[in-house]
Amino acid sequence: MLEIRNLHAKIDGKEILRGIDLSVKAGEVHAIMGPNGSGKSTLAKVVAGHPSYEVTAGEVIYDGKNLLALDPDERARDGIFLAFQYPVEVPGVSNAQFLRLAYNERRKHLGEEELDPLEFKDLLAERAKIVEMDAGLMSRSVNEGFSGGEKKRNEILQMAVLEPRLAVLDETDSGLDIDALRVVSAGVNRLRRPDNAILLVTHYQRLLNYIVPDFVHVLYKGRIVRSGGKELALELEEKGYDWLRDEAKRSEQSAVTV
Amino acid sequence: MATATKEKSEYREAWEESQRRAATVLPAWAARRRAAAFETFERLGFPTTDQEDWKYTNVAPIARSPFAAPRGRSLTAGEAGAVAQSLYAEAGRSRLVFVNGYLSASLSSLGALPAGVVVSSLWDALCGGRAEMLRERVGSAAAADADGFAALNAAHLGEGAFVYLPEGVRLEAPLHLSFVAGDEDAPLVNPRVVLVAERDSSATIIESYEASRDSAYFTNAVVEVFVGDGARLTHYKVQRESEQAYHVATTAAEIGRGGVYDLTTITLGARLSRHGVSVRMAREGAECWVDGLYLVGAGQHADTHSAIDHVAPRCTSHQIYKGILDGDARAVFNGKVFVHPGAQATDAQQTNKNLLLSPDARVDTKPQLEIFADDVKCSHGATVGQLDEEELFYLKSRGLHDELARNLLTYGFAEELIEKIKIESIKRQLDEAILNRLHARLEA
Ligand SMILES: Nc1ncnc2c1ncn2[C@@H]1O[C@H](COP(=O)(O)OP(=O)(O)OP(=O)(O)O)[C@@H](O)[C@H]1O
Ligand SMILES: [Mg+2]
Repeated sequence: MLEIRNLHAKIDGKEILRGIDLSVKAGEVHAIMGPNGSGKSTLAKVVAGHPSYEVTAGEVIYDGKNLLALDPDERARDGIFLAFQYPVEVPGVSNAQFLRLAYNERRKHLGEEELDPLEFKDLLAERAKIVEMDAGLMSRSVNEGFSGGEKKRNEILQMAVLEPRLAVLDETDSGLDIDALRVVSAGVNRLRRPDNAILLVTHYQRLLNYIVPDFVHVLYKGRIVRSGGKELALELEEKGYDWLRDEAKRSEQSAVTV
Repeated sequence: MATATKEKSEYREAWEESQRRAATVLPAWAARRRAAAFETFERLGFPTTDQEDWKYTNVAPIARSPFAAPRGRSLTAGEAGAVAQSLYAEAGRSRLVFVNGYLSASLSSLGALPAGVVVSSLWDALCGGRAEMLRERVGSAAAADADGFAALNAAHLGEGAFVYLPEGVRLEAPLHLSFVAGDEDAPLVNPRVVLVAERDSSATIIESYEASRDSAYFTNAVVEVFVGDGARLTHYKVQRESEQAYHVATTAAEIGRGGVYDLTTITLGARLSRHGVSVRMAREGAECWVDGLYLVGAGQHADTHSAIDHVAPRCTSHQIYKGILDGDARAVFNGKVFVHPGAQATDAQQTNKNLLLSPDARVDTKPQLEIFADDVKCSHGATVGQLDEEELFYLKSRGLHDELARNLLTYGFAEELIEKIKIESIKRQLDEAILNRLHARLEA
């Protein structure tokens, strides 16, 4: 479903992604871990099409299409969804109105009929139940004044409404209390279907107890330096990332000796 | 100087025609004031950009154009139909419609009003039993010699409306004063509205300006508002003139003890518009809102000059003006808040925020506070910015087309003011203006 090959990307002249290779098939869940600043969010945003990042090499193929040629809104209508690490506040735009517009854009794209405000209200109420989201938050401006956890729930609510084919969740578990973690995981697992795929950026093995990944990758300094099964997450939890730095140092040294 | 003389003589012709008629019908004092005001107009002429208050707004195009006294006073059936469509349902039985400054009986509709309430053309009020009250009020909130525009309007005294609310009366439905222009070539329209709300009365007034067709004309309006002790007046001004038109207007209000005046001005139309607002709180405990939204695009210039005077202690003023500018639009916001000596416990908040949707748009904003009392709570500020790129990406990442995302963010910028509006039809008009028209213009 998603093929990333030798992806290089920079922002403000600084190269952040330095050759990413990743292959995600329909039905799979991939977890991406790695120390702060290693480029996880950058990868997520490049996949979603953030205009500040410049792809300098490599390619991203989504459903056989060149994803990089598409605008972010086209990608979204094609079924890509990014749950932001830091969801953006949009003052003056109501959550419900925004969600309805987004939902109808996707429906139109799929050749389905749009829902009117009343029909959508029912759908929204049903999906909000899944993430146990307070109905009061619907009439408020998008994320404005939401608590950290509410913002994350709102991301999952949007995902539950839009039902993407490829969901990229950037640290959706950070800042969630135990209950919320369970709720969010339920929302994600609901989306887990043979024809969908999920890319999960996280720092904590805990989330992976709820959403069990098929693969775990470690991102370090803009490259995937290690891939494995779900055991890899346990190993990282135990060992931390120091070994990465040691390995990196060793390989630098060997490069010097050579 | 030669050109200045020519302009004046052209206006003189128009004025003399209207004065001949006025002199035979209006009270002698009114005719004399008109004559004096016309002399003042000839002496002052139109302001120039050398004058500090007109630095950013060049009215030379008005001075150059041959605007004349309107002759006909009726619309074609088609135009009348279009006007009727645009009237607000909320004021279905409480509206006066003026065509080129003169009352149109066929488009107006007034249901039963509470005893003592007067809603009429200013002309009828001047000719009838209210002449003495008008003699006292006219020109007392907005001086006839403030500038050439004020003088020109005073010289045409008689066009426009008079509204009188006796003590304690409350108008349930909003009262709509609709000014429609443009059924002939380049008319000069000088509406004056005098609103008198006596002690403890309350009402909502909608003052709107629109065109029956897209033509050039000049509206030169003066609105004088008297809010009595404990009275509450909500006032919407909706300016949707033709985009070839010129609109110069003054809204001058005086608020009595504990009175409340809430003014919201929406500026959508006109090639060039200038709105001078002044609110004077000379009695304790008065409160006002002086808010506005200007939404202008290519070829438009919108200027707001506002002055709020805290003369008495314990008065409160709130001001939010927001501007949305597209194309090569220009906007000017100049907001003065004066806290006079002795106006203790003043609370004055003022903000002006501007959203530029195009690199060619420009705004000159100058909020000003002048404080001559020590126990005050005042704040003011101004911003000029573009749509936020992160917000735009966020909306687009959910599948919203670029244009829809931009319109939605633009709407979000204005939402605070749109939400304030309690008349659904006006709200809808604004929704449409923001969500549809802006984009149409971007495309053009
Ligand atoms: N505008 C910018 N200019 C220069 N460097 C930037 C810019 N934006 C981000 N970076 C850098 O890119 C690197 C990768 O950031 P990214 O947000 O992708 O990290 P991350 O792996 O998601 O980290 P975290 O775990 O803390 O969320 C960081 O070192 C960051 O400082
Ligand atoms: Mg990150």
